[in-house]
Amino acid sequence: MLLKDKVAIVTGATRGIGFAIAKQLCQQGALVFINGRDADKVAAVVSELTLEGFSAEAFVCDVSDADSVKNAFRLFIKKSKRLDVLVNNAGILDDALIGMVTQKQIVSTFTINTFSVLYMSQYASRIMARNKSGSIVNIASIIGTNGNRGQAVYGGSKAAVIGITKSLAKELAVSGIRVNAVAPGFIDTDMARSIPDDVFSERVNSVAMQRIGTPEEIAGTVTFLSSNLSEYVTGQVIGVDGGMLI
Amino acid sequence: MSKNALVKCFVEALGINEEIVVDDLEYNSIPQWDSIAHMILIAALEDEFDIMLDTDDIIDMSSVANAKSILAKYEVTS
Repeated sequence: MLLKDKVAIVTGATRGIGFAIAKQLCQQGALVFINGRDADKVAAVVSELTLEGFSAEAFVCDVSDADSVKNAFRLFIKKSKRLDVLVNNAGILDDALIGMVTQKQIVSTFTINTFSVLYMSQYASRIMARNKSGSIVNIASIIGTNGNRGQAVYGGSKAAVIGITKSLAKELAVSGIRVNAVAPGFIDTDMARSIPDDVFSERVNSVAMQRIGTPEEIAGTVTFLSSNLSEYVTGQVIGVDGGMLI
Repeated sequence: MSKNALVKCFVEALGINEEIVVDDLEYNSIPQWDSIAHMILIAALEDEFDIMLDTDDIIDMSSVANAKSILAKYEVTS
């Protein structure tokens, strides 16, 4: 197992890509703290994973709220003195053409997709630094690397995640902490299924492999970046997109 | 909190002699207490006293005296 005795936190882990990542980290032997805003949903996922024989704990907080994150870490350190892996996955997609974007959409998208990465990394990096090792994996997006019509806000929020990733990689290397990002393409989640049918077909056609990706395929790269297999890899953005053109 | 524990954190994190860890010692007043060393000091204090400091408190911890009063807020007495 690649992550035996490692402790991980995965944000937005109650469904979609986050859940797939949490499960795969569990399968590789990690104790995984499941984050979500809804305590009941988090408890259900923890229970599901525990019943399957995995090690999972709750990490309930709103990652877009700095105080909520702080309180969750206070509870965390009572349960674990170490943190090896942080996966910043929580995010929202709320697209509109630029002339029709509301200020509320801009603030909520950047708060949830981008500010959360900073809030979580502030506390996680301090715990990781105590052991002089750790891996932070940020979930960016192909929209953040390439941009897309109608996605200025989402694309901007994810491009910022890449800037955060590269800067933290340089700052935290001295503490033995690696920071990388995964940029998913078109992945089969509720988020992807929420777009109109014609846009869905257009997206699939833009993928060289001619199919939508699975959350497990994102989890595979996250597992690699979380493990010692990638111990000399930092500051990188790895696209997991089946050769998507956008 | 024993005074020795606080002093030990400063000595080890900043790589300085015990004698200069006095209340008046201020952040950035000596080359050893720069921003990088400050984060190492924070990690040492958190580890020693089993606490998680607020970001604001990390920024405000600008002297040894400040460190004592901030740690007191976390029910760590100096």
